[in-house]
Amino acid sequence: MPHVILKVENLYKSYGKLAVLKGISFQVNQGETKVIIGPSGTGKSTLLNCINQLTPPDKGRIWLEEIEVTNPATDLNLIRSSIGMVFQHFNLFTHLTVLDNVRLGLVVVKKIPKDKATEISLEKLNQVGLADKINAYPAELSGGQQQRVSIARALAMNPKLILFDEPTSALDPELIGEVLNVMIKLAERGMTMVVVSHEMGFARAVANEIIFMENGVIVEEGKPDIMFHHAQNPRTREFLHKITELYGGKAE
Amino acid sequence: MSFLELAWNILPKLLAGAVVTIELTIIAITIGIVLGIPVAMARVYGNKLLYTISTFFVEIIRGTPLLTQLFILYFGLPSVGIMLSPFVAAIIGMGINSAAYQAEYFRGAIQSIKKEQLIAAYSLGMKKVQAIRHIVLPQMFRLVIPSWSNELIYLLKYSSMAYMIQAPEIMSQARLIASRNFRTFEVFIVVALIYLVLVLVLSKILDSVERRYRIPGL
Ligand SMILES: Nc1ncnc2c1ncn2[C@@H]1O[C@H](COP(=O)(O)OP(=O)(O)OP(=O)(O)O)[C@@H](O)[C@H]1O
Ligand SMILES: [Mg+2]
Repeated sequence: MPHVILKVENLYKSYGKLAVLKGISFQVNQGETKVIIGPSGTGKSTLLNCINQLTPPDKGRIWLEEIEVTNPATDLNLIRSSIGMVFQHFNLFTHLTVLDNVRLGLVVVKKIPKDKATEISLEKLNQVGLADKINAYPAELSGGQQQRVSIARALAMNPKLILFDEPTSALDPELIGEVLNVMIKLAERGMTMVVVSHEMGFARAVANEIIFMENGVIVEEGKPDIMFHHAQNPRTREFLHKITELYGGKAE
Repeated sequence: MSFLELAWNILPKLLAGAVVTIELTIIAITIGIVLGIPVAMARVYGNKLLYTISTFFVEIIRGTPLLTQLFILYFGLPSVGIMLSPFVAAIIGMGINSAAYQAEYFRGAIQSIKKEQLIAAYSLGMKKVQAIRHIVLPQMFRLVIPSWSNELIYLLKYSSMAYMIQAPEIMSQARLIASRNFRTFEVFIVVALIYLVLVLVLSKILDSVERRYRIPGL
């Protein structure tokens, strides 16, 4: 039996009259990477934000392992501290050095003593290849470096799951590779990840499954190979065709 | 008596007044910070009641002249049985006045902090107070330094209004001296020079503070 890390059941979310999520269900097993794709405005970010309740869903249930996230009695801060989040625009703390960006959550949320927190942070920064930048401020780094810091910040919390929301779409093309490489290594090391991304090369390399979302529902999901070559739904085929043309990744 | 001789003779009295001016400024700016931060917080994060009260406070203080406020404190309050010394009335009036302006600077600084950073803080599991304490406040203090420097220089100059309620600051001393030696022109030239030196020194200090705490990208 695979160990289920995340289970989302029949999730609904509307903004006023606009129904964004209309009954989303899926699950992620330990060590799996799921890549979510779909047109702009489809609700991919909303879905990720619902998972750690930064955006509370209207209906539906979510479990992180055996804890029900959507149960009002659940300690949301504890849940959030065990779900990493990596944002399109990095969202680093501008007033803190790289080291402090990574360390802050450990010290403030996890109450880990400072020297232990430093040790953990340095290890994670080393893992993303930024050991030489620990005293720099975010503004002094390239976009790719900033995104790697934000991955280290998520990793430091020792999360059960990391959510990535288009982690490379704000980056110059030549910087995308360094971030994807870090993510590929994470996947290979068995990190459980949900990644909204249209980098199909990445999806082919590490995704256990690709989920195609459109208009607030999951249209189709399956292994990359099947999605690329034997997708059932014509919309899936059309969309995959479009993004492989835009982003590449089909040829490998 | 030459200008220099005159200046030299009256300098000790004027400097004694300048000390009072500096005291007024420092105490008032401190009151302004201590009151201004919670007022700014109330305006940004407060519930409807706190927001309304703090907005009223800011609007009333900023919508009326400092001199009127000082007169109310010093000449008005005795009629309801509250007697304040000129110095105390001056620091209260200037402090409250500065609080309203500083609250607006602090509020502007808080609102210029990118919301995404707070979302990141929450995603790490921080509570709102922790995010304010570790993300908002440190950035607010750095962002506010330039407007806060202006405020300090304004206060130093506007403390001259305390003269109108007989606080023994530099302008009062100068009036006293001029009323005895009738060299009004020279006396106030010396006063102006003293203000100028104070402002220049203060600007230099504030500049180096700003440079010292500068953070790339903030
Ligand atoms: N806070 C909000 N208030 C109102 N509407 C919102 C809010 N957040 C998102 N929306 C709307 O919900 C819909 C889904 O947005 P969402 O950001 O989840 O899409 P997305 O799939 O992530 O798109 P993209 O690929 O452009 O990032 C959009 O129409 C968006 O305008
Ligand atoms: Mg999005």
